[in-house]
Amino acid sequence: MTEASATPAPGPAAAAEPAAAAGRATARGPATAPGPAAATGPDTTAGPAAGNGEVLLRAEHVTKYFPIRKGILLQREIARVHAVDDVSFELRAGETLGLVGESGCGKSTLARCIARLYPLTSGTVVFEGRDISRLTRRQLRPVRRDLQMVFQDPYASLNPRKRVGTVIADPLHIHNWGTRKQIKQRVGELLELVGLSPEHVNRYPHEFSGGQRQRIGVARALALHPRLIIADEPVSALDVSIRAQVINLLDDLQDELNLTYIFIAHDLGVVRHVSDRIAVMYLGKIVEISPAEELYQRPLHPYTEALLSAVPIPDPDLSEQRTQIVLEGDVPSPVAPPSGCRFHTRCRYATEICSAQEPELVEHGTQGHMAACHHPLDMARA
Amino acid sequence: MTAPDQAAGDVTAEPLLEVRDLKVSFRTEDGIVKAVDGVSLSLSPGETLGIVGESGSGKSVTMMSVMRLITDPNARFEGEVRYKGRDLMKLSQDQIQKVRGAGIAMIFQDPMTSLNPVYRVGWQIEEQIRAHEQISRQAAHARAIELLAAVGIPHPAQRVNDYPHQFSGGMRQRVMIAMALSCSPDILIADEPTTALDVTIQAQILNLIKKLRDDFGTAVVLITHDMGVVADIADRIAVMYAGRIIEQGGRRDVFYDARHPYTWGLLGSIARLDRPKPRRLTAIPGLPPSLLRLPPGCAFGPRCPHRFALCDERPDLLDKAGDGHLDACHLDLRQKEDLRETTIHPELIEEAK
Repeated sequence: MTEASATPAPGPAAAAEPAAAAGRATARGPATAPGPAAATGPDTTAGPAAGNGEVLLRAEHVTKYFPIRKGILLQREIARVHAVDDVSFELRAGETLGLVGESGCGKSTLARCIARLYPLTSGTVVFEGRDISRLTRRQLRPVRRDLQMVFQDPYASLNPRKRVGTVIADPLHIHNWGTRKQIKQRVGELLELVGLSPEHVNRYPHEFSGGQRQRIGVARALALHPRLIIADEPVSALDVSIRAQVINLLDDLQDELNLTYIFIAHDLGVVRHVSDRIAVMYLGKIVEISPAEELYQRPLHPYTEALLSAVPIPDPDLSEQRTQIVLEGDVPSPVAPPSGCRFHTRCRYATEICSAQEPELVEHGTQGHMAACHHPLDMARA
Repeated sequence: MTAPDQAAGDVTAEPLLEVRDLKVSFRTEDGIVKAVDGVSLSLSPGETLGIVGESGSGKSVTMMSVMRLITDPNARFEGEVRYKGRDLMKLSQDQIQKVRGAGIAMIFQDPMTSLNPVYRVGWQIEEQIRAHEQISRQAAHARAIELLAAVGIPHPAQRVNDYPHQFSGGMRQRVMIAMALSCSPDILIADEPTTALDVTIQAQILNLIKKLRDDFGTAVVLITHDMGVVADIADRIAVMYAGRIIEQGGRRDVFYDARHPYTWGLLGSIARLDRPKPRRLTAIPGLPPSLLRLPPGCAFGPRCPHRFALCDERPDLLDKAGDGHLDACHLDLRQKEDLRETTIHPELIEEAK
């Protein structure tokens, strides 16, 4: 809609023609800044069919430890929080990868490492064919055009003292995108794109409801025509009826603009709805990664099984019939994660090997369905 | 207004708690906010009532008013809250203080802000016991340990001396429940008790509330925004919207035979795991109305896909079928029957075509 009929000068016709991604990198801004992204010129065949495109992002052995320090002047490191520990995965253009797990499992930290909002302890992140894990702030700037984030709390992620128009125009100014007039027009387009009225441009964030604010956050992320959007619990703070609106919006935008998403949420229902593939995290590790439906039909990892079984079913009869697996206790501390398989302390199938040896994330049976477990659940199970 | 005098299921005893036409409004700079606009409820001994609604629907304010916890001088209250034959709204501060904790106890969403961070949890539980009973410090301490054990805290004898920050979120909520149960109340009001918790911990806490309810025979009011949470715990469900109850009935009635378009919207907007994935979620269009300027007529009217002329008049909460299942909607039962499924799952109709 607004994208296809974009202005001639700044208007990258990317959305109109999904296959034109190579040309898109250069056509992106009126100030012809080729940028390193253009040089990589990804040949894209990504249609709306998810996950057929080229590998947009590859995380290899991404690790992030946060030091715990003690002492006033001479700060000694006394321990480390193992927030993300040796995580690898691939993301194809046009697909949505859901990232689930309980609070403290490292899903947000992983997202921030990928967006390079945190420096990595070790490992690499390859985005559009280029290793971005060691880039400097300045070198990162062109990357940030293509990789944007949407945050959980729409109350905290918008500056209350800036008008909505300014909030959305900020990324455009930072990247020297177009003239004042073009920017103004683009802001109007973006507001419309996310289902707000362009007349709202001079309002302040507090004049909007939670759902509308989240739309503003989405508009800001879309301003520079990114390819990848990392949405960190984008609907968790919203009311149920509004949640569905925002999810549907993200869905539509993906089709329209050929976006790739990493979608983080703790609500497994929401994740299933939006994702093509899902990665389940536990204590800093991916324990299972699988095509979405497959994960819900045939979970392999006992943790996934327990997580699915804990989701309340809004149906009294089904809810009574099913036997819930209730996990005992809490998630262990990531400062000193359990030996071997990190889930063995709460796992009902755990045996000796589980505490001794760490299981590797390997494929079991179905293609693309990987789990890190010594005793993956019986796949023939009804 | 209907007096909801019908008790749920087999419970035929006199209601333990009865709210009659409760109205709560707040005077603000922008005008009068009608947070609760004529709510009537009843709760029988041992019964579990689920109150479902979005933020701002008045579910918390209703229950906070019952406990007389709203001290804002700009708040105005009307209506009656009868508990064991007394109107709580007319009690003095001293008298209501005796009801709180001993008769009706409440737990809140965020267990960290409800616990005092500078006192040991044991001390906080003991304080509550000693406020209501003449009992020695040692005996209160022993009771605190028992209570912590009852809510499933491992090593209660040691944990009783820990501070709130030494507990995880789920454990803190268990401490809150222990504290709420310390004086064996008749009613436990749980205001979004699991909203701040992870799903696996949520399952633990809900199971705990269920077990304690069955063991102690406590009546429970569970306030939540999540239909899934009340699906297997509540006996009866009241759905609130813009300060009013718009539907109320037995759990199965509300889930399988919902009679208000807002309830249909709520049921449709849940991304469910037990069904095939729909192409799109059914979103309720628009926003909840401002409580400063409620629309005349049905408050849900502006967002309702089935609005018609009569909706300009405010619908009362009525028991139209005479089966104890109340709703506040002008559509007649036949129409509801026809519209329900298509509103909850528009895809089914698309597929049929």
